[in-house]
Parts: sequence; structure tokens; C-alpha cells
Amino acid sequence: MIKISAKNVDVFYGKKQALFNINLDIEENQVTALIGPSGCGKSTFLRCLNRMNDVIDICKVQGEIVINDFNINDKGCDVVRLREKIGMVFQKPNPFPKTLYENISYGPSIHGMAQSKQEMDEIVEISLKKAALWEEVKDRLHEPGTGLSGGQQQRLCIARAISVQPEVILMDEPCSALDPIATAQIEELIDELKKEHTIIIVTHSMAQAARVSQRTGFFHLGELIEHGLTDKIFKNPDNTKTQDYITGRFG
Amino acid sequence: MNKNKEKLLAKRYSSEKRFQFLGKSAIFMALLFLAFFIFKIFSTGYTAFQKTWLIVPVNFDAETMYLDANPSKEDLEDADYFEISLQSMFNLDKNANEKQQNELKKMVSYFFEREIKQELINDPSLLGKTKEIYLTASDDLDQVFKGNYPRDLPEKQRRVTDYQLKIFDQLVEQGKVESKFNLSFFTYPDSREAELAGIASSFMGSIFSILVCLVIAFPVAVLAAIYLEEFAPKNRFTDFIEVNINNLAAVPSIVFGLLGLGILLAVFQLPRSTPLVGGITLSLMTLPTIIIACRASLKAVPPSIREAALAMGASRMQTTMHHTVPLSMPGTLSGTIIGLAQALGETAPLILIGMVAFVNTIPGSPMDPAASLPVQIYIWAESAERGFVEKVSACIMVLLGFLIIMNLFAQIIRHKFEKKWS
Repeated sequence: MIKISAKNVDVFYGKKQALFNINLDIEENQVTALIGPSGCGKSTFLRCLNRMNDVIDICKVQGEIVINDFNINDKGCDVVRLREKIGMVFQKPNPFPKTLYENISYGPSIHGMAQSKQEMDEIVEISLKKAALWEEVKDRLHEPGTGLSGGQQQRLCIARAISVQPEVILMDEPCSALDPIATAQIEELIDELKKEHTIIIVTHSMAQAARVSQRTGFFHLGELIEHGLTDKIFKNPDNTKTQDYITGRFG
Repeated sequence: MNKNKEKLLAKRYSSEKRFQFLGKSAIFMALLFLAFFIFKIFSTGYTAFQKTWLIVPVNFDAETMYLDANPSKEDLEDADYFEISLQSMFNLDKNANEKQQNELKKMVSYFFEREIKQELINDPSLLGKTKEIYLTASDDLDQVFKGNYPRDLPEKQRRVTDYQLKIFDQLVEQGKVESKFNLSFFTYPDSREAELAGIASSFMGSIFSILVCLVIAFPVAVLAAIYLEEFAPKNRFTDFIEVNINNLAAVPSIVFGLLGLGILLAVFQLPRSTPLVGGITLSLMTLPTIIIACRASLKAVPPSIREAALAMGASRMQTTMHHTVPLSMPGTLSGTIIGLAQALGETAPLILIGMVAFVNTIPGSPMDPAASLPVQIYIWAESAERGFVEKVSACIMVLLGFLIIMNLFAQIIRHKFEKKWS
């Protein structure tokens, strides 16, 4: 089933066009990897999906992005509710400089998801368990989140993202600041999360894309060159540029 | 070739040495000036914290004061102390002629009558007895006792006569002159008489001005900074505003004084010489300082925190109020304190709005006339009496102490919170 459907998406930074006519369908409960060389527009595309590009004054997005039969680029779209449904994990772990508990409870509390302290405790526990962090931090929930290791911080950010039960989780190179062990943990986690969430991950690591994703899209110079099942893209791509990139001839 | 290289290397080393030497001598010069300045202030000022008293026997003779044997409190208040006060001074030299008696009277402050009165009111049982009482010495004798007065000048060029010096020396010999901590410097308002002048009125004036300044400038500046930094679109108009805020910070303070004079006093008819007007004028000056500090610390909050909050579905307002502003507070607060410290040392605008007036009462609210510490320094520095020289330095010491405490406080706030967030 198709969860997100991007139609003719163009993005401009001022006068410079960053994305050209992107058409891409994202399948529900699958991991879709977006790969491509630096500056190819894959992160820009990812940020279109929860309208994070709104933050950048000069950025203009055109085209349709339909999620649950609703075009999120419509004027009537409420970004606050959109971002409640579409969580995001960033390249660099960015926990709030608050306690672990406050990090997780922030989303549910601003969206009014817990009626009592008990419910909130539950949400925090479930989110941390889903992010495979509970066992490591359950005794220090009221210590600052910035005191964790890099990998733990990133899992904390994932727990924070899933605390509001989003339908989609966007991940912007979530492992680029982590060591291989922490990366393996996150990848395992992604595999687990896809049962309940649709995941779109931007990555520089071809191996990672191959390991975690079911579908892959290859971006180059602001265009979506090729997309499809990960197996096919990696083993038998249609386009020579894709072939060149995957075999490491450029990028 | 090799020789050339060696030469070049030697040149590079020597140029670095030269640079280091210049840098060190610059620092040395700065420290030297500072040390000289501090030494000068302390060496002239420290004597102001001591006050000279003459111990004079006073005969509380009921008859002279027109009192009966058991006077009520009101009677004591209304009694005539002038005669016994005069008499006790004249008694220092029983053979004094009229001119000399006048000189004797001038050896203590004109306040001496009240000092004697206070003594009796505190202890009514003294009535009819004689007691040695501490009287404030005149400012000139105070200076003589502290060794600041050139006694070897010819008499005509001195404000102290030979006769006064003679009597004074006798008193010193008898141990009837004492130097004690000068509490009145802190508790008395300004006075025309150096021995009675204190900083209470200007101190309170400064405190009230700073409070008014803080109450007005802080909320306005923080709101302006948050709006400009977090909400306002970046366009030519906001650029224009930003440039003008920076310009405002560079406007000479006297211009703000003129503004206060022209608008607050002339148009709004606010009471002249009051800390209220002074505080409002100073707040105009402090405003850009706080705005700039607040914007800088908002800018320093990593964008990743804003993105994290926005991506969680927080509105812009929530992102700002829950995350960005609390993180920027330490910087904003220390900027505010530094702005206030600047305002505390400001003189020119206060002179223009009339806070330079002679105020011999201690203000009880921002609506009462008052001076301020730097203006007090200016007033005293203009006074001719020798007694004010040490007061100027002492007042500078108090002001500097205040500024150092404020800056220290700013440092502590910044330091403490920085630790917490990293």
C-alpha cells in the first residue's frame, strides 16, 4: 500500500533549483532508502515530507505530496499536526538539554496525549523500550539526556520521535555520527520499527541502504534517477549512473 | 641557499619575539595605569572612612535650657540647647575673647547642637550633670588630624586659625580627639559641610534609578530581541531595524539626557530630579545593550534544538518559549547586568534631567528627588573644601565596588549555566 506519494515536486533555494520534478511513491511499513552523492537533494526531499523546509526563508516547494489522501503542500495543512504524524531523526543526535524523561515526554505533553503522570510514565517507558534504550537508562531517567553516549543519544532521539506514535519516521543520515557498533544497534532498531511505522532513511552508506531497506531511490544533481526494490537497484540497475554510483565509480 | 634559509628562520623568530615583547609591554602599561589609578583612589579615599571627633564636656544645666526637674519627652524636644552647646565649646578656653569664642564654636560641625540634644533625649537622667560628649570636628580640623592639611601655610591662606590649631593641639595632647569609623558617610545624605556629607541619598538614588531602568528595559528588550530573532522575517526592513539598534547603542549618553529632558520632563511633566525620570532615561540607553546581548545568545542556541522541537510538532511559539529562550537566558541575564552596570556609572544624562540638584534628604521612592553615585562624585569634585577631596575618592571606591560586584555576578551566572548545558 502506498503511504506517501510525491508528484512533480520542485524545490528552490532562492533562484537555485534544488529538486527537479520528483515523483516517488513510498510503501507503507517498509524502509525506503534515499541514496546519492552529497548535495544531490535527498535530504531536501526528506525535509519536504514534514515541511521542515518551511524553516528556511528562501526555500520554496512546489508540487504535490500526498499523505493519507491529503496534499501536505495545501494551504489548509496544519504543520503542527503533520509533524505529529511524521516524526524525524536528524543526522547529529540532538536531544534537548533536559532530562531523559523530559526529552521523551515533551512531544506527548504538547500534543496532550497523556491524561496523568502514570500515563506519561507508561509512554516514556514504552518509547524507550521500543528504542532499545530502556534497560540502559531506566535508573537515570532524570539525568540530562546530553550525558549519554552518541549512540545512546541517537536512540533517545528515536525514542522521542516514536513517543507520539507517528505513522512515518524520517531519518536523515542517523548513523553518520556513530561508530559501527552503535550503527548496528540503530539498524536493528529500524528493522523492528518498520512493523509499526513507515520509514524513510537518507544514507551515505550503500551497505546500510542494502542492509536495512526494501526500496531504494537514487538521487543525482536534484533528480530522482531511479527507484525501485533495493535488490534490483543494487544488483541490476536500469540506469548507468546508478550503476556507476553503486560500484563506487563516482560520488 | 641554506644560509638564506637560516637567515629567514632567524628573522621569523625575531619577529615573533618582537611581537611578544610589544604585547607584553602593552599589558604592562595597562596594568601600570590601573595600579596607579587604584593606588591614587585608595590613598586619597581611605581616610574618608574615618571621622574625627572632639570629646567635649557638656553641662546639661536645666536652668539654662529652661527645663524643670522632671521634663516630659516633648519638653526635652523643645528645650533650648543652643546656650549649653555654645557654653561647652567656650569652656575649652575660659579666657577666650569674643572673636576667639567664635573660632572655638567653629571647631565643631554646625550639627553639634543636635548631637548634644540627641544625647540628652537618649538618656534624660543626664539632666543637671556634666558629661563628655563626642562632637563631630569641623571638616578642616578633621583634615588636620588626618594629616591632609598643610599646617605650615601662612595663617591668612588657611581656613584654620592659629588659635584653633593651638586649642586643637591641646585637646589632642589630652586625648580628647578621637578618630572612629565614619558611619555617617553611609547613612547621611549630601551636605554642604564636608564632615557631614554622606552618600545615602545618592546611593538610594542610584538603586532606584537602576530598578526603574531594569523594570522597563529588560522586558521590552527581551521581547524585541525574541521577536526579531525568532519570528520576524529577514528582509530589508528588519535589517534596517537591526542597524538602527546597533546605532542606538553607539549614541552618546548625553543625547538620551536631552531626550529625557525634552520628552519626559517637558511633555509628560514628570517630576524633575527623580530616579523615575533618571531610570527611564537610562533604560533607553540600556535597551540596545540588552537587545544585542539577548539576540547574540539566541543566535548561539544550536539550530538543531529548534529543529528537534519543530519536528516534534511544537509550534514556533512553543519552540521558542520551551527551548530557545530558556537556553539563551544566561547570556541575556549577564548582558543585562553589564548593561545595568553601564547605566549605574552614567553621569551626563542624569545631570541633564536635574539629578545634579543638591539633595539633602534620603529618597524613599523613585518619585523623590535624588542624586546618583556618579553625579555625587561630580558634585563633590566641584566643591572647594578640602574635606570633599577624600569623599570623592571614597565615593568612587563605593561605585567601583558596586560595579565589580555586578560584573562578578554576571560572570557567575554565565559560568554556572554554561556548565549545566554542556
